[in-house]
Order: sequence, then C-alpha cells, then structure tokens
Amino acid sequence: MPSLDDLRKRITSVKSTQKITKAMKMVAAAKLRKAQENAEKGRPYSEKMNNVILNLSKSITDKENAPKLLVGTGEEKVHLCIVLTADRGLCGGFNTNIIKKAKSYFEKIISENKTLKIITVGSKGYDQLKRQYKSYIVENISFKESKNINYFDADKVGKIIIEKFEKNEFDVCAIFYNKFKNVITQIPQEQQIVPLNEDKDDKDDSGNDNDYEFEPDEDEILSNLLPKNISTQIFKAMLENSASEQGSRMTAMDNATRNAGELVDRLTIEYNRSRQAAITKELIEIISGAESL
Amino acid sequence: MSNLFNIDIVNPEQSFLSKDNVFEVVIPAVEGEIGILKDHIPIISFLKPGIIRVFSESEEQSFYVEDGIVEFKDNTLSVLTSSIFDLKNADKNFVSESISSAEAELSKDNIDDQKRFLLNHKVEVLKSISIN
Repeated sequence: MPSLDDLRKRITSVKSTQKITKAMKMVAAAKLRKAQENAEKGRPYSEKMNNVILNLSKSITDKENAPKLLVGTGEEKVHLCIVLTADRGLCGGFNTNIIKKAKSYFEKIISENKTLKIITVGSKGYDQLKRQYKSYIVENISFKESKNINYFDADKVGKIIIEKFEKNEFDVCAIFYNKFKNVITQIPQEQQIVPLNEDKDDKDDSGNDNDYEFEPDEDEILSNLLPKNISTQIFKAMLENSASEQGSRMTAMDNATRNAGELVDRLTIEYNRSRQAAITKELIEIISGAESL
Repeated sequence: MSNLFNIDIVNPEQSFLSKDNVFEVVIPAVEGEIGILKDHIPIISFLKPGIIRVFSESEEQSFYVEDGIVEFKDNTLSVLTSSIFDLKNADKNFVSESISSAEAELSKDNIDDQKRFLLNHKVEVLKSISIN
C-alpha cells in the first residue's frame, strides 16, 4: 500500500500531465482548422490538373509512344514507395497506420521477388521503417524546418522521383499517406502515381467529348504536365497528411486527457480511503490506549 | 448578349483569382501569346514565363507567371500555375533575385536550346517588370 505522500505526489504528477495533454489538444485543434482549410484550398488545383490530364490522355491515340510516366515502362519489376509520415509523434495511430499499410505492400512486393525501394518523407516513418527495411530505404527526406506545408517542398520530392524515373531506377511508384475523412477517422491510402492509374476515367465520360485544341501537340503538353502532376499529387498527399496528423493528435490528446482525469479520480478515492483508514487506526489506538488505563 | 466569361487562376496552395466578368485574357502560351475571348474553342496549352493580362469591365489586372497550364472549356478559363504574383505588388527583391538566378542558370554550359530560350525569355520579362 503506497503511503499518503506517494499518492499525493502521484496525483499532482498525473494532473500536470493532464494539463500538457489538454494544451496539446488545444494546439492541435487550432492547427487542424488551418490544415483543413489549406487542404480544401489546395483541392481545386489537383482536381483541375487531373481533369486536364484525363482529357489529354483520352485524346492520345498512339499509346505506344505516349510518355512513359503515363503508361509506364511496360515492366513492373522495381517498385518505388514513397511513405509520407509526420515529423512528430504523440498523434495516436497516425504514423503507425501508414506504416502498417506500407508494410503489407512491401511484403507483397518482396514475396513476388520484385525489387523494392523506399523513400520516406517525415522522420517518424524513417524511424519506424529503418529497423526492418533499412537496406531498401534509398532516401530519407524531412521537412522539419519548414513551418507550413508548401508546394516548394512537394516539388522537391517530385523532382527526386522524376530524376529517378528518368534514370530508369523504378517502374512503378506508389505513395502512402493518410486521407483526412474527419477528425476521428483518417484512412491510410495507397496511391499509384507512376504509371497513372487509368481506372478513374470511366466515371465521367459523359459530355467530355470536347475536341480540344492543343498547342503545342498533346505529347509535348503531357510530357510537360506529368512531372508537375507528380508534384501536385505529393503536395495533395502532404496536405491531407497534415490535416490528418492534427486530427489524429487532437483525438489522441483528448483521450489522454480523459484517461488522466479518470486516473486522478481513482487515485483521489484511494488517497481519501487510506487517509480515512489512517485516522480510524489512530482513533482505535487512542481508544484502546485509554481503555487499558 | 454579354461577351463575358469566367477565369480561375489557381496555384497549389489556394485559389488565386476567380472572376466571372472578364471579356479578354491574354496569356503567354509557350508558342506565343494567345488572346482569349468568349466562346473560344476548347484549348489546352502551357505557359512560358510572361505576363497574364486580365481585362474585366472595371479594371485591367496583370500577373507575372513562370509556368503553368491553361485550359479553356465551356467559357471558363482555368490557369494552373505554381508561381504567380500580381504586378502591382511585385517584390523588387524577389524579381532581381529571380533575374540573377536565371542568369546564373544561363551561364551554365549544359542546358539545351529550349531551356535557354525559356530562361532568356524569363530574364527579359522580369527585366521589363523591374523597369516599370
């Protein structure tokens, strides 16, 4: 049985932890709003970009000579995986969920005897993956210094990918990130960006049969556009990720605060009980002492 | 009948400009400037460094862009660009920095003709901005 003093110390310590988690929750909530706004603001760009590419790829008839970034190299041997995670922890299952999703993909690739290459963006992902997949990690990028997510950073990652593609270092490229659904739910996503998945364009075929005028020709526009699209996709993933991270942190910290509250309650009861027991014990001692006289 | 159409300029971070009362837009497309009026046929093109001029009923606005994609469809002109600023609040330092970095790039030997052309053009446009 812990002494009264121990209990008192414990209660104060839990209370101060609770204060910290509460503050972190507030901060995350404020940041979440901003991140969410940013994610929404960034959406038109990637949507329009997708549209344009969709229209373009439809008008390309000569599939054989189409840019490789669109149709792929024709092989599927080397897979490059971009794992986007946060730079900071204490955000619940946020990082772990992405890693889990990525790991199952890695295992699939390895079991199929294909070559795996990993680029991690964000230091938490690197920390978690380096134990098991150290030899596969080709690059580890972190944007700890930049305060806000900006396109410039995403473009850097995009350029690295393009560079590697041009050197024929991979055939298929997929990115992993958390999609922000709402504050409580974030869905880990796996998205293939090279070659572009074409299964989407079945959806809106209606009214999209515009004959565009292209200047210069389609191929040139596409080869100019596709690298940009990669950066855009990365940027989109980063925005979604940051909103998810804050949302996830907010819920995690909210839970922590609540748990701390429960713990404080329990400890207080225990404290009161043992204080009462001590008093009773003293009383008994006094009374029995008086009786024996 | 009105001869107005919509313009949306978006950059990755946000929607930069959205208007529904423009009657002419001049864009620096890669093969020369294009003036776009209402009911232009659908077109997709991409930009070279230059100045986008937006003429609306009340005012005329000019923006410097470095690169980007334009799409015109259903009387909506969408401009996607990652680098754009309003000429009115152009940052002198930024402009001169861009000029010097472009010139540094130009002085390298290993650039191809197309890139050289684009860079030359960029310097030209930026210089014209800094004079004004």
